[in-house]
Amino acid sequence: MTTYTTGIDVGSTYTKAVILKDGNEIVSRAMLNTGFRLEEAARKTYETALEQAGLSESDSSYLVTTGFGRHLVGFRDVNVTDINASARGAAFLFPKTRTILDVGGQTMKAIQLTEEGKVKSFRLNDKCAAGTGAFLEKTARYMGYKTEEIGTLAAVSKTVVPISGVCAVFAESEVINHLSQGMSPSDIMYGSIVSLVARSVQLLKRVGMNPEYTLIGGILRFESMSHVVREQIKTEVNVAEGDLVQYVTALGAAILGYRRFGKLQHEGQPAIAGA
Amino acid sequence: MAYAAGVDVGSTQTKAIIINEDREIVGRCLTDTGANVVIAAENAFAEALRSSGIREEEVEYVIGTGYGRYRVTFGNTQVTEISCHARGAAQMFPGTKTVLDMGGQDTKAIRVSPKGEVLDFCMNDKCAAGTGRFLGAAAAALDIPLGELGNVAMKAERPVKISTTCTVFAESEVLSWLGKGKKIEDILWGVHLSIASRSTALLRRVGIEDEITFTGGVTKNAGMIKSLEQALKTKLNVSEDSHYMGALGAALFALDHILAGRVPTEEKEAA
Repeated sequence: MTTYTTGIDVGSTYTKAVILKDGNEIVSRAMLNTGFRLEEAARKTYETALEQAGLSESDSSYLVTTGFGRHLVGFRDVNVTDINASARGAAFLFPKTRTILDVGGQTMKAIQLTEEGKVKSFRLNDKCAAGTGAFLEKTARYMGYKTEEIGTLAAVSKTVVPISGVCAVFAESEVINHLSQGMSPSDIMYGSIVSLVARSVQLLKRVGMNPEYTLIGGILRFESMSHVVREQIKTEVNVAEGDLVQYVTALGAAILGYRRFGKLQHEGQPAIAGA
Repeated sequence: MAYAAGVDVGSTQTKAIIINEDREIVGRCLTDTGANVVIAAENAFAEALRSSGIREEEVEYVIGTGYGRYRVTFGNTQVTEISCHARGAAQMFPGTKTVLDMGGQDTKAIRVSPKGEVLDFCMNDKCAAGTGRFLGAAAAALDIPLGELGNVAMKAERPVKISTTCTVFAESEVLSWLGKGKKIEDILWGVHLSIASRSTALLRRVGIEDEITFTGGVTKNAGMIKSLEQALKTKLNVSEDSHYMGALGAALFALDHILAGRVPTEEKEAA
């Protein structure tokens, strides 16, 4: 019999859902803006993913939430921390992962794994936007570009315009200054990616630098990001292909759901304890 | 009668003050700094002249201050805004021991001597949290004009606790409170309390001693004054011209130059 499990990652910016078949095959994934009604966002993302897979809610045996809004989703079976879910997802895609860098819309995390793929230690920045995707988003907005244009903009950069990267708010005057001096938006965009990566590397150093490195999170969908990380740490890095890089944590949650479901069945307990 | 001028080119607004030999303000102007700093400084000075009815050649000395002080091309020299705020505050409120200057992009705590000299200072210039920008972000997120922010906030009955430090994240926090059905005034008062608490921490680093004089653009916000007075448990010195304190200080330094130039060298040394 086939078992489907679902992982929903309610992030600060996007909500991601992954439906997994038998703990090892992604059958569908969906992503929507989180907005301010977190449970509603989770519900809609879940429904979209089910629809894509041609499944109904009763087909999914177990649902695990993660991310900053994980507690606010009433229809979950259980919730897990995004640190654990990211570790699981990254180790599933790249089994030799020892260090994970996760750059999201409002957080940046560095996670160190044991050889068995368990979380050994982690560090995170969630107090200051300068080390997160919000920094790039702000820089783009100051220049009149949308978030989705960050990737293409940075891709055509020829030189790096240095951006101090101390504060996402103060970057505004810096950006305006550079623009008025005739610097191109793409070089400024690339410069802010370089500045963001420099902060990421500092965080990685605090958790310990051990290959292999796996990069995850919404900001990694911009190719320049992984390119600059490679350049700065002078090591090859693992990046999931395409937009899968944004779903690694939701994937991890679905995998953890599969394990938990198996365990509960093995113990003969009802899988869903009157949620 | 000789006149002296001070031009304070801030990150957000440019202020110009003209004083007479009796240290009285005779002309003033406030304008947005915008992208062209040189022109903003020129405009502010020209408008201050117009408001005073004094001709440019009657102004013997001009000092530039603020982050754009080196762009005051017509100025005779420059003085840092820390010195200018201290000097201006001591002139306007002679009992001043501590100055809190809250501007568009930075907040400064200054300890001053009775003569208006800087004894110590501390500033928040690496992070926009606790500066006027924090208020600006909240105003933008809630779509309320900056000038009405304080008055709306003071209607609060059950203030919301703002937990984020970063201005960027506070913007989303403000919206999420709104989404949870909190009242605008309760959210806004929470924003004011958050800034007041950061400012108090900054003031503690230089030492808080009465009287405290509040300067800079945010003095226009009555809610900020009230929340600071609540956090500091004391009254603040604030006047209509507190916004111009840096420019006033610069004008006072400029007047020093004029008066010093008149005193024969021997007498100056004897004094």
